[in-house]
Amino acid sequence: MITVKGLYYSKDHEWVKVDGNKALIGITDYAQHALGEIVYVELPELGTEYEAGDVFCVIESVKAAADSYTPVSGKVVEVNEELEDSPQLLNEGPFDNWIVAIEMNNPSELESLMDEEAYKIFCEKEE
Amino acid sequence: MDNLKKTSLFPSYKKYGAKLVDYAGWAMPVEFSGLTREHEAVRTAAGLFDVSHMGEIEVKGKDAAEYLQYLLTNNIGTMNDNQIIYAFMCYENGGVVDDLLVYKYSADHYLLVVNAANMEKDYQWMLDHKGDYQVEIENLSDQVSELALQGPKAEAVLQKLTGTDLSEIPAFYLKRDVKIAGANCLVSRTGYTGEDGFEIYLSHEDAPMVWEKILETGKEDGVVPVGLGARDTLRFEAALPLYGNEISQDISPLEAGLGYFVKFDKGDFIGREALLKQKQEGPARKLVGFEMIERGIPRHGYSVLSKGKEIGFVTTGYYSPTLGKNIGFALVQKEYANLGDVIEIQIRKKTATAKIVDKRFYAKNYKK
Repeated sequence: MITVKGLYYSKDHEWVKVDGNKALIGITDYAQHALGEIVYVELPELGTEYEAGDVFCVIESVKAAADSYTPVSGKVVEVNEELEDSPQLLNEGPFDNWIVAIEMNNPSELESLMDEEAYKIFCEKEE
Repeated sequence: MDNLKKTSLFPSYKKYGAKLVDYAGWAMPVEFSGLTREHEAVRTAAGLFDVSHMGEIEVKGKDAAEYLQYLLTNNIGTMNDNQIIYAFMCYENGGVVDDLLVYKYSADHYLLVVNAANMEKDYQWMLDHKGDYQVEIENLSDQVSELALQGPKAEAVLQKLTGTDLSEIPAFYLKRDVKIAGANCLVSRTGYTGEDGFEIYLSHEDAPMVWEKILETGKEDGVVPVGLGARDTLRFEAALPLYGNEISQDISPLEAGLGYFVKFDKGDFIGREALLKQKQEGPARKLVGFEMIERGIPRHGYSVLSKGKEIGFVTTGYYSPTLGKNIGFALVQKEYANLGDVIEIQIRKKTATAKIVDKRFYAKNYKK
């Protein structure tokens, strides 16, 4: 399982990369492996406002549809449209392909997320 | 997974990287190397499935044929020895108790192969309707392992492990006492993928060895272990119904377009009256195939609409690995079931348009 330093991690296996007030959100390697081959990503609309814990995206493998939850509150300011035609990018490079960028309302929410080391331990327990 | 039933192959799963799921109370592999890869292997080479969770119920005795005629919708009377037919066991109202295969050994000896999820219910139903028929009904489900080897290379691979000439087993026929890698097996040319292939019934003791031998022998031909995930996408593309999706207690065989397996001219059977009425009046609902026009993957249970009005539901839907399209089956009110009609599928908060198409998405590749 791959993890990356300097990111925040949620218990639902999303990662957050902070860029100023903007949070780039994606799914982890653990998540893409658990999902299997991803064949469809339902992206949110620009401008949508989310509370932390809301479903912001649905990721579908051949077998099933899985909800993804945003770890931070805020407004969607960018979506990665490349995923519409190439959803498999989330399998190939989960940390190279963010799904949305959210302008954070409350950056202190990041404090409740895990760092890389804590996330690794969390995943070991999930196994 | 600890409290689930396990097949005799369970200890072999890990070696092949299985991801496990709870399926009808069994710890079963949903995939090994990846659903799409496994799906393609079955379409182009062959795949090996553990289907030991399936139920097997034996019917013996002088009234066996007569009893099964009464219990099932298809005609038992025209079967040859060693022949297999597909049939429904129905309720009085025409709903389905289960769909199953009937294996005929001889005029007074049959084996029914039933769905794992329905096995207990089926067995009880069979006992409850035994009446005065002189039959012995025995549930062998706990005693039998079952493997399925499916795909265009299935025969060539299996032939390397047996002295029996497999080409002499026609589609929907069985042969008993076939030695595969030395193990005593019942082999039938049947399956649930739309490809040629075999189902192999054997003891729990022999199953892990035969599993290993088939994978070893078939490796150069591209044989891989296949999980329940691809089993479902394969049967779906080939328009083979799944109990609980296309047929159920609430969906009759006629609504599902499977009237071919209901023989009204054979005499009385449970459900005949209700089904005959349905046939004469025409079923109010019809199972159709559809292909998405707009983006989105249809899934089991999603609502189907026409101009905003609900007209039915999706029974099975997928991104089809073979066709590379989002397709599905839906049970809809018959006035909306015309080829070419545009319908809408409710996918979470949005609707996406789809078009009704022929439901035979993939032409079955059975041996003639």
